[in-house]
Amino acid sequence: MSDVVLEVRGVTKAYGERPVLRGIDLAVREHGAIALIGASGSGKSTLLRCIDLLEDIDDGDVLLDGAVITDPSVDPIEVRRRLGMVFQAFNLFPHMTVLQNLVLAPVRAQGVGRLEAEERARELLTRFGLAGREHDFPDRLSGGQQQRVAIARALATRPRALLLDEITSALDPELVGEILQLVADLKGEGMTMLIATHEMGFAREVADEVCFLHDGAIVERGDPEHMFGSPEHPETQRFLRRLLDAGRL
Amino acid sequence: MRAAARRRRAQRRTAVAAVSTLVVLGALAAWILTAPGWPDVRDTFFSVHDFRASFPDVLRGFWLDVKLFVIVEAIVLVIGLSIALVRTTRTPALFPFRAIAVVFCDVMRGVPTILLVYLVGFGVLALSLKGLPTDPLVLGGAALALSYSAYVAEVYRSGIDSVHPTQMAGALALGLTRVQAMRHVIVPQAVRRVIPPLLNDFIALQKDVALISILGPAEAFRIAQIDAASNFVYTPLVSVALLYLCVTIPLARLVDHLQARSRRSRGGAVAL
Ligand SMILES: Nc1ncnc2c1ncn2[C@@H]1O[C@H](COP(=O)(O)OP(=O)(O)OP(=O)(O)O)[C@@H](O)[C@H]1O
Ligand SMILES: [Mg+2]
Repeated sequence: MSDVVLEVRGVTKAYGERPVLRGIDLAVREHGAIALIGASGSGKSTLLRCIDLLEDIDDGDVLLDGAVITDPSVDPIEVRRRLGMVFQAFNLFPHMTVLQNLVLAPVRAQGVGRLEAEERARELLTRFGLAGREHDFPDRLSGGQQQRVAIARALATRPRALLLDEITSALDPELVGEILQLVADLKGEGMTMLIATHEMGFAREVADEVCFLHDGAIVERGDPEHMFGSPEHPETQRFLRRLLDAGRL
Repeated sequence: MRAAARRRRAQRRTAVAAVSTLVVLGALAAWILTAPGWPDVRDTFFSVHDFRASFPDVLRGFWLDVKLFVIVEAIVLVIGLSIALVRTTRTPALFPFRAIAVVFCDVMRGVPTILLVYLVGFGVLALSLKGLPTDPLVLGGAALALSYSAYVAEVYRSGIDSVHPTQMAGALALGLTRVQAMRHVIVPQAVRRVIPPLLNDFIALQKDVALISILGPAEAFRIAQIDAASNFVYTPLVSVALLYLCVTIPLARLVDHLQARSRRSRGGAVAL
């Protein structure tokens, strides 16, 4: 399978004595999107952080374009330059303007010329409806705008794949739709994505495959139709029922 | 109606404050001015004639204090930040440097500054090591720099620790190295947050510059002290105090202002 961009093979991870990931396997194909769903504490964020090498794994491998990246001999900086990650809490740099947030990594980490980086940054901002806000500081923007800046910042480095960690859970419900639309558009343009989310809209409308994570293991996976229509595993059924009862499905 | 009542109440409060201040100051003045020793004190501490005679020398000495302060402060800001940065490293290879930084901070903060001035000033001089300076001004400045670098390093470190770990994660995820993340993301935010406590240390250092007088340089306090010891006039000491106040009070007001501003702005960061 030559078109697999990101592959996770038997990854395990424990914090101290507590296992958090117990043998995760998944593969994200080029232009594909996988949604990771699961209860709070099931290990979604940990898995994304392990893939971005922000955490060490205990066992297994992560491969990017067919090459193992979790080997100690691989430079994590080099890997992170090829992946984009967006966090739940934006992680914008509050002392920098929107434009400075966007050009920092291209200029410092990738050696792109400042003018070129700024041009790309302005393009992204315009596309995300943020034209004219280049010189604002992040705290002058709404939550939805901040999250769009964060996504633009991750895209400014032209990543091979995008890791999105609950990018809507810090937002007011009425702002979720615009971010969802933006991610759906990215998918339409062929961006490869791995999306951890509590927002079933992502799983339904963006993902090709949905993986249900329970206690650090993927207990069920399938296309959205299967997962939401006829889930087989009792834990998946219970999880979806809870969401249904909470009116979030 | 309400507004008028509130205004009247505000006026009454101002009036009460003014009267009370006058009464207290008046009582204090009467108490001191009627003291039996007042005429003597006035002549030795507050003599206009002595003030005129000594002020040019005192001012020249104070200028030396100010110059020394500025140089030492600049050195302290750089060394303090370096120590704080060394203490945040993780690499095993740098462990000895981390250990040295910890010991340095503990020792320098644990020894009274005046003792450091003595030890460095007279000790290094007595050693007469080749290559080390013997100028008391340099040695005194070095002692102050050692002492204050330790304090300032702790201030910087508290600022670095106060930047949320998600900022580091965000910077690393963008592909920056740890050093780049510190330089462009963590340290700029940390420095903005610690400006008020740093200025407090500025004020303390500005005053402690007078400690080098024990090594002999003709700085303001030293000049005034010689006057006091030889002529029994203490007015120059008062003029030195006034000169110090001219520098430290504005600094203190600046600290208050910045602190108030950082309390107002979200996240405790001062936008400069
Ligand atoms: N730094 C850490 N140290 C110790 N335990 C941790 C750490 N980070 C996460 N954990 C634990 O790992 C487990 C998985 O956490 P993780 O954040 O991956 O869950 P999640 O699926 O992303 O949850 P949520 O939906 O609430 O974001 C949890 O039990 C959590 O308490
Ligand atoms: Mg999470």
